[in-house]
Amino acid sequence: MAVNSNNLEKIDPVEEQVKKNIIMTTVDQALDYARAHSFWPVTFGLACCAIEMMAAGGARYDIARFGYEVFRPSPRQADLMIVAGTITDKMAPLVKRIFDQMPEPKYVIAMGSCAISGGPFADSYHVVPGADTILPVDVYLPGCPPRPEALIDALLTLREKVKNPKVVMEAHG
Amino acid sequence: MDKTTSLEEIITLLVEKYEGRLERVEDSLDAAIRVKDQLFFQVAKELKEEHGLDFLTDLTALDLGEGKFRGIYHLMSWKPYRLLRIEVDASGEEPWLPSITELWPAANVQEREVFDMFGIIYDGHPNLTRILLSEDFEGHPLRKSYVTKSRRK
Repeated sequence: MAVNSNNLEKIDPVEEQVKKNIIMTTVDQALDYARAHSFWPVTFGLACCAIEMMAAGGARYDIARFGYEVFRPSPRQADLMIVAGTITDKMAPLVKRIFDQMPEPKYVIAMGSCAISGGPFADSYHVVPGADTILPVDVYLPGCPPRPEALIDALLTLREKVKNPKVVMEAHG
Repeated sequence: MDKTTSLEEIITLLVEKYEGRLERVEDSLDAAIRVKDQLFFQVAKELKEEHGLDFLTDLTALDLGEGKFRGIYHLMSWKPYRLLRIEVDASGEEPWLPSITELWPAANVQEREVFDMFGIIYDGHPNLTRILLSEDFEGHPLRKSYVTKSRRK
């Protein structure tokens, strides 16, 4: 193999190490990347969807694979609220309060028909017609109830949203 | 209590004792009596203490329309096995029934639920407030006159 001795001399070994081992990014991007790969959902279930949420946290579906398994019993330590179930008028102020207690940045997944629109209870006398009437919802997850795989998909969708905030802003205003 | 006395005999006994104010419900699949509201507490107490029907299985109500309401009670005896339904009519814009929380403390929450849903006032209840619906809810949703407004977006 022919070696060009002139070029060899020009390569700076330090520069080479820099290219291989250092990634240039902004602090925001690095933080978004970290956040997107380690959501800490608040332990919070309202109805049957919560059973599927628990199944997703269990060994079979294992959302720990993605780094989302740390269900926090305190809203102060959580950054994701999975609204899993029917919100009644009586529960709505408490849901709002738990959300308000979570530190920024925080995200909301509306899990199941009830959390999206009130579901089968949309015309009922005491059910909130959708979590988005009281909370800023990031991801809507349809199903009644959605399977754990669907919840995983919702979490991965949210991951893309958190990693690429500008793309989401352009696509959805 | 004489355990050989059958439920039918107890009913006959009561019908004779409170003639005109307590009647047997004829077109019923199971044993049932209908009592006037003023008399109900006394009859319930008698059934519990003298006839062994000491278990309150269920407590609910019916809206019969036109401002008529009916309280439904299921009393039970385990040994010998017996189940008796008691119907108590209540009427008016503010229908009332006597509370039986003194006899069965478990009736407390059930009476609150019926109050919540039907607006039936339980006379003598220690804490008659809404239990399922929020405090500021208007109306009683299981009444036939209640109109549900759609809140769909």
